[in-house]
Amino acid sequence: MRSASVSGNAAGRPRRRVPLVVWRALLLLVAFLAWHVLTATSVLPSFFFGRPLVVLGRVWDWFSSGKIYPHLGVTLVETVLAFAIGTLLGVAAGLWLGLSPAAAALLDPYIKAANAMPRVILAPIFAVWFGLGVASKVALGITLVFFIVFFNVFQGVREVSPVVLASVRMLGATRRQLLRHVYLPSATSWVFSSLHTSVGMAFVGAVVGEYLGSAAGVGYLILQAEGTFDVNSVFAGILVLTAFALLLDVVVTLAEKRLLVWHPRVTTDKL
Amino acid sequence: MTPAAGEVLALDRVGVEWPGAAPGAPSYVAVEEVSLSVRRGEFLSVVGPTGCGKTTLLNVAAGLLPPTSGAVLAFGERLSGLNRRAGYLFQADALMPWRNARENVEAGLVFAGVDRGEVVRRADDWLRRVGLAGFGDRYPHQLSGGMRKRVALAQVLILEPEILLMDEPFAALDVQTRQLMENELLELWSAERRSVVFITHDLEEAISLSDRIVLLSAGPRTRPLAEFTIDLPRPRDVAEIRLTPRFLELHGRIWAALRAEVLKAYAVSQRLG
Repeated sequence: MRSASVSGNAAGRPRRRVPLVVWRALLLLVAFLAWHVLTATSVLPSFFFGRPLVVLGRVWDWFSSGKIYPHLGVTLVETVLAFAIGTLLGVAAGLWLGLSPAAAALLDPYIKAANAMPRVILAPIFAVWFGLGVASKVALGITLVFFIVFFNVFQGVREVSPVVLASVRMLGATRRQLLRHVYLPSATSWVFSSLHTSVGMAFVGAVVGEYLGSAAGVGYLILQAEGTFDVNSVFAGILVLTAFALLLDVVVTLAEKRLLVWHPRVTTDKL
Repeated sequence: MTPAAGEVLALDRVGVEWPGAAPGAPSYVAVEEVSLSVRRGEFLSVVGPTGCGKTTLLNVAAGLLPPTSGAVLAFGERLSGLNRRAGYLFQADALMPWRNARENVEAGLVFAGVDRGEVVRRADDWLRRVGLAGFGDRYPHQLSGGMRKRVALAQVLILEPEILLMDEPFAALDVQTRQLMENELLELWSAERRSVVFITHDLEEAISLSDRIVLLSAGPRTRPLAEFTIDLPRPRDVAEIRLTPRFLELHGRIWAALRAEVLKAYAVSQRLG
């Protein structure tokens, strides 16, 4: 589930003369340069592909004029709310079904069905139910986040080491203490293993929700630009979204490092 | 069976049967009609060839596994549910990986709702006694195998169980660490004189630690074969005592009885494998 770093362990090799970061920056620069040359020489029509300099200028305008901040704020609030509520519901449902095989057997086909359904389709329904504000985007994000967390916690509860369980029972733990001191921490590690994916999904829910109908947010900005065939603003919006998603991922990685100090996989990640 | 005086744990004609793998397949009788008892303050080792159901017996004694037939008596009373007066040291790692060494040691007291100051004081004491005073904030994956075993030992002993059940606790350790741990165990044991049931397939380990050894037959249908009293003087050093004539004599006698069973178990494993 950890897809944060594509480079794997190549980053730490001492033999390398030029740091990897430089090569990465260079690659980005080359891509932008190619984009610029192709559109400036009209090989690619700039009406459809935009102009990188104009796109960057648009991003700069948005940030220097402060126009982007309220939109970013709305998208962020939607993402965080969707992530928090979706995770909470996912953990609760995962623990419950993980510990009660009868309920799990009963609900199994319905959970599979709900998970298989393309949930983006629900966005218009949520817009009708919850209006065009923040709530309908949060609802969409929750449906995306919930299943990722739920399946992970469900799996985590079932895979708690039977030896640890027996040992903790022999140490005198009651059923409630087992839940709190064994099942919950064990499930937490599984939640964290899906954190990158679920935060990403909350973000997708927010932006797609905005795109399908809203009055604020970065998705709304892109929708507006598309309405006026302003392809440069569309690309600028995509750029901002991408940077923002990367930033969220960094925050998640930091949180993971802090909260999962006990986890061998996280701390030995850089070997 | 009426409990003899000073008996802390008794298995009375215990049998354990596993249902067959497929419906209609014959069930597997792991253990049959096993009776054995542990006296107060006694160090009892149960020795048998690999796969003879030693762990099954220990799980029955702990109350983790209800026997198919027979009964378990703890302090003369029939056991139902977990054996609350016993501590269990498992063969596999049983520490909670999300708790550091200190929190693992504290766990049992926390579950029992002991006052915080008392918990800290006793955890400090036990971490020191198992030689891990400076390692309380390490997580299990940051500790070596021997250190993890010490944490597990402290985690169990802090609750002052009257019976200590140990399932090949040192099997995964290298020889040097193992002998160190065995000596430490003897030292801790002689200070408090709790009753110990120690499971092992290593005869030398059993002789150097125990007061008494019960030999089990090869599985299936495991039952006790013979019993030996180990009259070596205490305190013992597990490395040195192996060189004494009395040790070698005992070893020769017990090994003669055990060898046939080991060969039998080996033949079974060859047939199955």
